[in-house]
Amino acid sequence: MTRIDDRPATTTRRGALRTLAGAAAGAASLPLWARYTHAQSAEPIRIGFQVHRTGIGAAYGRWYDRTTQAAARLINEAGGINGRPVEIVAEDDGTDPKRGAEVVEKFATQHGCDIAFGTLFSHVVIGSAPRAGELKLPYFVVSEGHHVASGMLNRYTIQPGITDVKSQVQAMAPFVTETLGKKVTLVFPDYAYGHDHRDFFSAAVEAQGGEVLAKLAIPPAETSFTKYFPKIPRETEVLYHVMVGPGVLTFVKELGEFFGGRGPELFGFIDSLEAVAIDSPGLEFLEGSHFWEGMPRYAQPDQSEYDAFYRQQVGVDDTGASVSDPTDISTYGHMFGCWETLYVVKAAMEASGYAGPENRPAMIEAVEAMTEMPHSRQHPQGPKIFNGKTHQVFGRQHISQVRDGRLVKVHTTSIEDTFYPDEVDYTTRPF
Amino acid sequence: MSDGRKVLLLHGGLLAGLFALHFVLPAYHHGNLARIMVLASYAVGYNVLFGYTGLLSLGHALFFAAGMYGMALPLHHLGLPAGWALLTGLGAGAGLAALLALLALRTTGVAFLIVTLMFAQAGHLTILYFGEVTRGDEGFVIDAAQRVLWGIDLSAPDARYLAALALFAASLLACLALVRAPFGKTLIAVRENEERVRMLGYDTHLHKWGAMVISGALSAAAGAAYGLLFGYAGATFGSVQYSILPLLWVLLGGAGTVIGPFIGTLFMFYLIDLSSDLTTAYMLVAGVALIALTLFAPQGLAGEVRRRLWRWLP
Repeated sequence: MTRIDDRPATTTRRGALRTLAGAAAGAASLPLWARYTHAQSAEPIRIGFQVHRTGIGAAYGRWYDRTTQAAARLINEAGGINGRPVEIVAEDDGTDPKRGAEVVEKFATQHGCDIAFGTLFSHVVIGSAPRAGELKLPYFVVSEGHHVASGMLNRYTIQPGITDVKSQVQAMAPFVTETLGKKVTLVFPDYAYGHDHRDFFSAAVEAQGGEVLAKLAIPPAETSFTKYFPKIPRETEVLYHVMVGPGVLTFVKELGEFFGGRGPELFGFIDSLEAVAIDSPGLEFLEGSHFWEGMPRYAQPDQSEYDAFYRQQVGVDDTGASVSDPTDISTYGHMFGCWETLYVVKAAMEASGYAGPENRPAMIEAVEAMTEMPHSRQHPQGPKIFNGKTHQVFGRQHISQVRDGRLVKVHTTSIEDTFYPDEVDYTTRPF
Repeated sequence: MSDGRKVLLLHGGLLAGLFALHFVLPAYHHGNLARIMVLASYAVGYNVLFGYTGLLSLGHALFFAAGMYGMALPLHHLGLPAGWALLTGLGAGAGLAALLALLALRTTGVAFLIVTLMFAQAGHLTILYFGEVTRGDEGFVIDAAQRVLWGIDLSAPDARYLAALALFAASLLACLALVRAPFGKTLIAVRENEERVRMLGYDTHLHKWGAMVISGALSAAAGAAYGLLFGYAGATFGSVQYSILPLLWVLLGGAGTVIGPFIGTLFMFYLIDLSSDLTTAYMLVAGVALIALTLFAPQGLAGEVRRRLWRWLP
């Protein structure tokens, strides 16, 4: 039973004063809310950084943050953008699409940011992009998802600093079929990221004259993978795997135990092992296997001066670990995207004479007008070609092999290998 | 003043206040409040089952997601107009709740909690499994051109706020009417002592089934509105986190109070929003605040107000 409280309901004088004081404090804070509505031209350029500090993307977020801070510091040391300093306004999105959309709103309407930037996980991008479009806030994502170039998003959403999964996957197919084998079995997580790999890679392998023998979808909640391995056809020459999340170490270990070193060639995406030391216990089975890398984690013999400079500025050593903590492995294959995106933003703001939010459409048009981005300190990953219609950048991809517990680059694709027909023309959409 | 008038004044005053805020709030808080009102409608739905009927469910994300996908899939794939899509969303959630109730209500207490949790997990995995249609974990954008209801563009801030207010007002008033009606009073009696109610000749099973359908329908309406107003449907909204959130909002605001779910949702939203400005460990701040509230106001904020001040609070 509910307890009936028979004390008289009274309001004391002290209680009333407390309420009044609270209300007064609330009222006094009102002007603060409204303060950051318009960026004045003398103020810094505010870049809203949507960062995965917590949630599944936290390891990526930590390194995206370090890369972003390093690039912003360099830009400021070189005089900022249009003579104005750059201020990074970071907000955690919890790697959650709902919070992501809220953070984008906060950038636009509370922090008075000029742009939003830096999102990695596809579901956060897709959940946030509609709000960015409605708020007319340029939204520069560093996600490698195909969502931008697929036409799903809007004119304010752009991905100029990292290539998308469709171009990456299709560029791998020639190497896989020519070097590793033509009979391929795919193992992928049974959700959108895995389905992208399944669809794009199958098409690309078949276009190369290869054959996909089996497509094994692993349910998302799976914790042990042994029961799937007998389904891999015996004649498989290449096993293409893109498992992600905490299960990846178990997956690799069980795969190694199942084949005992006599199995097919392994080809995977480094996404699974970003922020994980490649010589971790249990990963010995990866010796000799190949990985896609957006940017080689280990400094290679032909390392460019731009890579060396970028590495030093971000604080990453020659093995891809933090210079201050060798056990803190970077997400080197992806995080360059933040650096390059900030330089694209700088170039676009300078080309369009950006002064404030009223110039946002001009700034978007300036990005859309970009084409070639040469290999430079601004683009340390390599030269790129930007497609203004699809709002997506294209660039070289790397394939590395695990040798003696290190990733050694064995192949670099051309930019042309990554092209595919346009699926959208954002420039025809209104602002 | 009679208690009935006080009740009408308080809840009517809240709705009038929210309408007035539409004209004065700065853009950021205006947007937040629109979101909070939709989420509070979800919490109102949850409260019907948890607060008034005494059934602790950890599976309400299933109904929220059923509403969202029941609305978004026909809109996205079949081009159904937004008004009809809202109805299909509502129907999907209510229908699912009616079916699930038949099975879950065979259990009570902890078993009920686990059964609802398991069904919601199955629902979440179903969304992922049919990734071709649902786009799974990534989800999909609901095109702005399709988010038009009776000629009103719901992607515009003003329309969004007023639509959210309309939904919240409907949910709040429905809940108020429910708890003042004989059916609702029977639900409260079931919560207090189900055996005794059954002895008095009421079909408690049917009442609980009805409560679950109403709760599921309100949750689904919120899910459908959320997708339509904010332009995105994704599997995250079907994950266990979105079953726990309405429980937290209702516990914080005051279970078994009509106004409590709104207060809890508002409090929690701004607790996270403001503490994330101060520290990256904002979930710790939220956790400490929750523990403090549980210790010092175990009946939630509105529950505490009812205990100390307004004993007439429904």
